[in-house]
Amino acid sequence: MKHNSPILKSKLSRRRLLAYGAATALSTPFISRAWAAPVEINMLAWYGHGEPDIVAEFEAANNVKFKPKYYAGGDNMLGLIAQSPPGTYDVILSDGEFVQQLNAAGYIEELNAADYPFDDMLYKDFQQFPGHWKDGKLFSMMVRFGHLGVSYNKNAISAEEAMSYSCFWKPEVKGKVGHFDWHLPSLGMMSLYDGNGAGLWDLNDSQWDKVQKTTLSLRPQVGGFFDYGGTFNSLKNGEMQAMCGIGDWITGVLEKDGAPVGSVVPKEGGIQWTESYCIGKGSEKADIVNKFIQYMLSPEGQVKSAQMAAYPGFAITKSGRAKLIEVDRKEAERTGQVDGMANDPVTLVKEGRIHYRNIPVQQTLEDWNDFWSEYKNA
Amino acid sequence: MSVSKQPAKTPSSDSKSARQRQKSDLFQQVLRLPIVIWQSLFFIAPLFFLVAMSFFIVRNYRMTEAFEMKNWLKMMSRDYFWDSYGLTIGLATLATLVVMTVAFPAAYTLAFRVSENTRRWAIFLLIIPFFTSYLVRIFSWYVILAESGVINAMLGYIGLGPYIMLNTKFGTIVGYMTLTLPLVIILQTFSLANIDRRLVEAAYNLGCRPWRTIIRVVLPLAKTGFIIAAVFCFILSFGDFVSPYYLGGSKPPTLPILIVDTVKSGQQWPRAAVVAVMMMVTLFIVAFGGIAAAYRRRNA
Repeated sequence: MKHNSPILKSKLSRRRLLAYGAATALSTPFISRAWAAPVEINMLAWYGHGEPDIVAEFEAANNVKFKPKYYAGGDNMLGLIAQSPPGTYDVILSDGEFVQQLNAAGYIEELNAADYPFDDMLYKDFQQFPGHWKDGKLFSMMVRFGHLGVSYNKNAISAEEAMSYSCFWKPEVKGKVGHFDWHLPSLGMMSLYDGNGAGLWDLNDSQWDKVQKTTLSLRPQVGGFFDYGGTFNSLKNGEMQAMCGIGDWITGVLEKDGAPVGSVVPKEGGIQWTESYCIGKGSEKADIVNKFIQYMLSPEGQVKSAQMAAYPGFAITKSGRAKLIEVDRKEAERTGQVDGMANDPVTLVKEGRIHYRNIPVQQTLEDWNDFWSEYKNA
Repeated sequence: MSVSKQPAKTPSSDSKSARQRQKSDLFQQVLRLPIVIWQSLFFIAPLFFLVAMSFFIVRNYRMTEAFEMKNWLKMMSRDYFWDSYGLTIGLATLATLVVMTVAFPAAYTLAFRVSENTRRWAIFLLIIPFFTSYLVRIFSWYVILAESGVINAMLGYIGLGPYIMLNTKFGTIVGYMTLTLPLVIILQTFSLANIDRRLVEAAYNLGCRPWRTIIRVVLPLAKTGFIIAAVFCFILSFGDFVSPYYLGGSKPPTLPILIVDTVKSGQQWPRAAVVAVMMMVTLFIVAFGGIAAAYRRRNA
C-alpha cells in the first residue's frame, strides 16, 4: 500500500530526530513559563501546617505551592536547619521557646514589626513574647498557642480528679497512663506537681532530684510512650486512660469525633505551647512568606488555625477570636475562647495558672534527655 | 578397557586454551563486578562512615568531624543502654525460639504431607503478607489485641479477660512474628522439602518412632536451612523498630528505639552511631556463629 500523506511518507532521519529533540528541550522553559508555575515555598513545621486545610486558599490566591518538611520537637527542628544550607527553608514554624536559639544561631531573618497586628493581640505578653525580640528587633511572630495539662478519659477519671496531676497515680489507672514521648512537657508537668510553679524550668539540684524521684514514682503506672499517632490511637481505643505531656491539641481532635476524652489545666498549673513563624535566613521568598504570616494572623487565618485538622490551637488576636465565634461558636465554646468563660485560655494565662514552655535553665537538654531514657528503661 | 587417544599438545593449542581460560576468568570477574560495586558503595563505605561517625561530636546541633571517645564512654557507661541491649537480645531470642517452634509443624506439613500443587499455593499465600506495608500490618493488630478488641471480645463470651496485650512484651513478640513467621515457614519448608525422603523412610522401616525420626533424622538433615531461618528471624527482630514501639509501647525501649530517641533529642547522631555499631557487632557475631554452626561437619 502506497502512502501519499506527507506525514506517513516522511522518514524520521537521525538528523531530524536530533533537531526535533533539541527544539523540544530548548522550548521547555518557555512552555513552563507560559503556564506560570507556582512559586515553591519550603516550609519547616510541625505536622499539619502545610496541609490543604491551612494553606490551600493562600496558595490559590497567590500562585504559590508549599513544600512542607515536618518535624517533631524543637531540637529536631534545630537539627534539620543546622544540617541544611542557608536558604533551604523559606518559612519556619518554631516552638516559642526555641526562637531564641534560632536567632542566636543566625538561622532567621529580622521581621518588620509594622507588618503585623500587634494592637489586635488578646494579651500584652503575646506582643513581647520571650525570645521573639532582641535589641528592639522582631525575629519571630507568634501565631497560635495551646495549653498542656491533664488529658484523660472521662469514664475513668472524674473532672474533679483531673484537676490535679495526682490523678496519674490513681490505682485504677495503673498501666493506663501514657506519655507523649518527649521529655520537656512531661518533666515540666512533674515539676509543676512538685510545686515549682513559675520556676518549673529553673530547678536547682535538689529540685531537679525531687522531680526525677517524682517522675520515677509514676513509672509503675505507665502503659507506654507514644508519638502523635500512638497517643491518638491509645486514647481513642481506651488503652490509655490518662496522658501526660499533652493537652487539647490531641484530645480536641478526638473530642470532636465523640470520644469521651478531655484536657484540663489542673490546680498545680499548666504549660503553654506557643507556635511562631520565622523567615528562614537567606530565603529569596521573604516577601511572599511575610504575606503568608500576615494571612495567618488575619481573622480568616486565625480561624483556620483554630480549626486545624491535625491539631487545634487558640487564636491570639481579638479579631481572630471574634471571627471564630462568628463562624464556629461550638468550637469556640468547647475551647473556652469566649470572653467570660471560666476556661478562657487568656484568663488562665492572666491568672498565672499557665507557664510558657521553656528549656531547662540550670540543666542542659541533654541532662533531661538522659534522665528520660533512664526513666523509660526503669 | 579402551584407552582413548589423546591429541598431541602443541605450543599453539596451549596458548589458545590459556587465552580462552583468561577470557573466561575475565568474564567471571566482570560478572561479579556489580555485586562488588554495590556492596562497596552501599554497605562497606556506609559501615566505615558509621564507625567514623561514632567518634564525631555535635556542636550546636551540627555534627562535627572529630576523633573523640566521649560518645563511646557516655553510652557504654549508661545503665539504660545495657538494659536496652539485654532486652533487645532477650526479645529477639525469644521471638526466634517461638517462631521456629510455631513454624515447624506448618513447614513439616507443607514439605511432607501435601501435594506439590498445594505447597506452591501455600508458599504463594505466605508471600502475600509482604505485599502490604509492615507498618499497616502492625497497626491492624490494634483492632485485634486492644482491650476492647477482637480477642478480648471472644474471650469475654466464655467469661475470661479482658487481658492487656497491647503495649506489652507480648505485643512486641506478636509484631516480631508478623514480620518473620511467613519467611521462616518458607525457609523451613524448602529445607525440609529437599531432604532425601528415602532416609526418612529407612528410619521408619528400621522401627524409629516418629518423634525420634524428626529429632535424629529430619532436623539434622535440614540443619543448614533451619539455622539460616533462625538467624534471619533473629536479625529481623533484633533490628525492628516498629513492633516494640507500636505494639510494645516503647516500654521499655529496645535498641532501635534508643537510636531514634538519641537522634530525636539533641541530634546526637554520633551516639546513635555507637548504638548502631554495637548492634552491627552483635549481628555479625550471631550471623557468623550461625553460619559456622550451619556448615560445621560432624566429626567422624
